[in-house]
Amino acid sequence: MFKKTYLSVAVAALLSHSLNASAASDADLQAIRLQIQQLKQNYEQRISQLEQRLELAEAGSKQAEVVASQAQASVQQAAPAASSEGAFNPAVSLILSGTYGNLTQVTPATGFAMNANNTGYTQGFSLKESELGISANIDPDFRGVATMALAPAGGVTVENAFVQSSALGNGLNLKIGRFFSGLGYLNEQHAHAWDFVDQPLVYRTLWDNQLGEDGLQAKWLAPTDLFVEIGGEIGRGRGFPGTDRVKNGVGSGVLFAHLGDDIGIEHSWRAGVSMQQTRRVNAVSTGVPDLNNTAGGVNNSFSGDSKTTGLDFVWKYSPNGNTANRYLKLQGEYFRRRESGLLTYNLLTTDSFSNTQSGWYLQSVYQFMPHWRTGLRYDQLDPGIAAVGALNTANVISNYAFNPSRASWMLDYSPSEFSRLRVQLARDNSRRGLPDNQIFVQYIMSLGAHGAHQY
Amino acid sequence: MNKIILLALLLISTSSHAALNVFACEPEWAALTQQLAGDKAVIYTATGALQDPHRVEARPSLIAKARRADLLVCTGAELEAGWLPVILRESGNSAIVPGSPGNFEAARFVHMLEVPTRLDRSEGDVHASGNPHIQTDARLFLPIAEALSHRLIQLDPANTAYYQQQLATFNQQWRAAIAKWEKQAAPLKGVAIIAQHRGFPYLNNWLGLKQVAELEPKPGMEPSAAHLGQVLSELQQHPAKMVLRAAYQDGRPSEWIAERAHIKTAALPYTVGGTAQASDLFALFDDTIARLLAGLK
Repeated sequence: MFKKTYLSVAVAALLSHSLNASAASDADLQAIRLQIQQLKQNYEQRISQLEQRLELAEAGSKQAEVVASQAQASVQQAAPAASSEGAFNPAVSLILSGTYGNLTQVTPATGFAMNANNTGYTQGFSLKESELGISANIDPDFRGVATMALAPAGGVTVENAFVQSSALGNGLNLKIGRFFSGLGYLNEQHAHAWDFVDQPLVYRTLWDNQLGEDGLQAKWLAPTDLFVEIGGEIGRGRGFPGTDRVKNGVGSGVLFAHLGDDIGIEHSWRAGVSMQQTRRVNAVSTGVPDLNNTAGGVNNSFSGDSKTTGLDFVWKYSPNGNTANRYLKLQGEYFRRRESGLLTYNLLTTDSFSNTQSGWYLQSVYQFMPHWRTGLRYDQLDPGIAAVGALNTANVISNYAFNPSRASWMLDYSPSEFSRLRVQLARDNSRRGLPDNQIFVQYIMSLGAHGAHQY
Repeated sequence: MNKIILLALLLISTSSHAALNVFACEPEWAALTQQLAGDKAVIYTATGALQDPHRVEARPSLIAKARRADLLVCTGAELEAGWLPVILRESGNSAIVPGSPGNFEAARFVHMLEVPTRLDRSEGDVHASGNPHIQTDARLFLPIAEALSHRLIQLDPANTAYYQQQLATFNQQWRAAIAKWEKQAAPLKGVAIIAQHRGFPYLNNWLGLKQVAELEPKPGMEPSAAHLGQVLSELQQHPAKMVLRAAYQDGRPSEWIAERAHIKTAALPYTVGGTAQASDLFALFDDTIARLLAGLK
């Protein structure tokens, strides 16, 4: 405002100066001076008017601000506290699930009799494990999570029970207790979040569906735009392939690294590598076929080192990034396990034994319209060719010359975020000479708090 | 000379590091932060206007961006309950955990509508603290801007004067804009509308639109053929002028009804970037009102 006054004075001065310099008449000069004077007065008047108006406006807005801030204060009082997981009560969730199964084979995959073989299949109607989950912040530093599996026949097993740091910062996360290992992609997902009724064959045989561990996990996220996460776990070695132990020290170790990012708003991906190492002590397998064709198989015991490495990737695409309407998910994992140690055939004859088993799956799930998804999965296993010590070469089958495989198709409908109904058909070719056609119908419902899902 | 250039470069780089890293959950909050923080903030927008904000995945990229954020600006009121908790947990960033100054929830600073008196999942996807779609009432941006500006000052006190000035400028321009919008939208007062999703109570409350039906039988449930038929027959008794949906929603249910009831559809941008015209906060409401007015004709 004042600048304007100065400016007009300066302009006036300049004008008058230049006019002085010219040889104009006194009368003309007088007239011009008068005009400038008028102009100046006019300006000053308008400026002071503007200033008055500005003052008024300022006062008005201050008043409005006071009113607003008062309203604000009352709103702040009335507003709910920042959303947290269920105020002071822990978030409780219950998963109800059941299947109808139509299948004939439940024996182990050919060449994997010394692995875990819990198919989880039941013929006819069956109740799946109900999963009861409780979680809450313990204090500003810790969060606690417990998941109990209620078996249909009775009995409760502790699936997860861990505390997690929440205030370490710097991208650090610590977990202590019983948890699903962070290796691979599917391993951390709970059964209710699976895209198929069952786990891929490679997870069933190499990880007993899911590797759970009692121990400690540390993860660190790099401060970069690219998602770079590395993590390590040490534990008891409770979960297969570990053998539960009563001993000081560490029974198993896991290392993993994940990379991930978006490509535009429509594509996202994550890829990872993992390693697991454990020592197996007197791991007894029952019903293992042998070269002597013993009826019902024999019982073998293995002690030795087990090292597994894995690769995993997942890629998701959604038009406009709107996963509520349509999306496509493609994922695959590969695991390879090297075991070497001593095998006791039929619990009698002990000699060296080493083998490398591997397996992979590739699956794709497509949500073709809101609430409706369909998926395809292909599984394959390689039982490997074992190096068997001289004492057992006539007993132990070293080469099965058969790669178990399976193809599955599923269709599911989710009326809401909390319910899902699914049909799955599979051609299970995991037993030599015994292909099986499987039909499953499944429901998965979730009650209570519904936590956010992982990627 | 080279040393001076080096020093200058160093200064530039450090000053760009000093800028606040903001993680905005939705585009409207990114736009508001941009208005209030200008070049003092580097803003990352977690969701696009064509994404359903209820159904965002906890993608690795989001976790990586949250890791370095100094300030999280979100709607709150459980809108992001399906993905944000995972982001907060996995990012291991103590600066943005709930309750810290780096965690800003816009819904805390406005009066919430449709706070349910009965919390039951049989009612569909309802939010305990009220309807979270607060960004459709332009007036609510005033208290939110004020609170957000305070938060910026709290986190970056060195630039207090700048933030205050930005807020004053925003307030002045926004008040003028509200007056303009309200004048433009005067013909909309009392107009009967149908909503595809229960996403417009704040807009209705502001402009006086009268919602007579919803296409979703329950919030978050897909409009079924049976329910659409029912809405259609109800329209005979209570005719409506147009059917509203947000840009991210599937257009088919609205178009189905509109065609049979011979009414218009209005696909509102809903947030910044929802339509080509809604390029910033001001344009968002310019376009919203233009589209509503077009529905009247």
